[in-house]
Amino acid sequence: MSRQPYVRPVSKTTWYMRNGRYRKYMLREVTCLLVGVYCFLTIWALAALAAGADTWNGFLASQQNTVMVVFHAFALVYFLIYQAFDWFKLAPKAMPVQLGEKKLPDRYIIIAHYVAWAFVSLFVFWLTGVI
Amino acid sequence: MSMRQMELEVMRYDPEQDDEPHFQSYSVPCEDDWAILDALNYVKENIDTTLAYRWSCHMMVCGSCGMMVNGEPSLTCKTFIRDLPDKVRIEPLENFPIERDLVVVLDDVMEKLRMAKPFIIRHDEPPPEDQEYTQSRAALYKFKQYTMCVNCMCCYAACPQYALDSSFIGPAVLALAHRYNIDSRDQGKSERLDLLADHDGVWECSFVGACSEVCPKSVDPAAAVQQMKIDGAKEWWKQKLGGGKS
Repeated sequence: MSRQPYVRPVSKTTWYMRNGRYRKYMLREVTCLLVGVYCFLTIWALAALAAGADTWNGFLASQQNTVMVVFHAFALVYFLIYQAFDWFKLAPKAMPVQLGEKKLPDRYIIIAHYVAWAFVSLFVFWLTGVI
Repeated sequence: MSMRQMELEVMRYDPEQDDEPHFQSYSVPCEDDWAILDALNYVKENIDTTLAYRWSCHMMVCGSCGMMVNGEPSLTCKTFIRDLPDKVRIEPLENFPIERDLVVVLDDVMEKLRMAKPFIIRHDEPPPEDQEYTQSRAALYKFKQYTMCVNCMCCYAACPQYALDSSFIGPAVLALAHRYNIDSRDQGKSERLDLLADHDGVWECSFVGACSEVCPKSVDPAAAVQQMKIDGAKEWWKQKLGGGKS
């Protein structure tokens, strides 16, 4: 009897279409594109700020059109659903807390992340004069 | 006991005759309380004696009956037909070469298991012969869930990283290494570090999390891997700051 194991091919480009789990993972990972766009916007904003009041106002004006407002709204919602919510949900896996013989329920670790997020957001709002 | 006629679409591959696998259908009269493994045993005993598959205990302990059931990595002894539609597709575990029919080649994972040193390593003097290594219940509960792994390899079949690059050490082996690393009796963490923190170790995992979702024993390999990443990063900083290996 001869051994001749058969290796099933795996597509390097469409593997994530195999099931819903992989598709959801890719939707989370693709947020890196938005991070890239936001890095570019931040560098652009800093350069405009350094160049003086007129350039800075020009940058602000460039963000105040329908396309950019829709982009920012989409990016915010997308980040919330596929970055913040997903990573906060996964946080207890990376940072389990054991108190004596009991494991702290995951929900406390997740809630702690939301509380920290709210404090950081409030601090940023305060720093930028929003509140 | 009521009966139900089910159609099993089973992947077949005979290395001596076939160039590639194909599906063969069997109509099986199933009892309500049967698992998929019972239906396969019915086929083997009554319809087609040439069908090849692995199984042993039929009670979720041996871990040998892992297969793809309707595309999901499953232990067939705990996948009940009452939870499935009338037509079920059964394939060998994905991401492994097919030896024959539903039997896969597991040599790669067996070799990786050996490399991970899944046993307690001690450097200190052992306790006197009439004593044992003591461990508190709290210390036991830190790693207990990882001891439930039965090496069924469903996690490897679910892992897209292993599918794309089989040099990745993979979920079950990493979880087992983590189990020993966090065992209070073990002193071999640094001996496992080179393998685990290497290119093919924990950093290859991109945290899809499918391994933990499919585990029939509710082990959480994804958690183990993320915790090992944190450990690995701490060790890296310790070495950078001159602390050396732990």
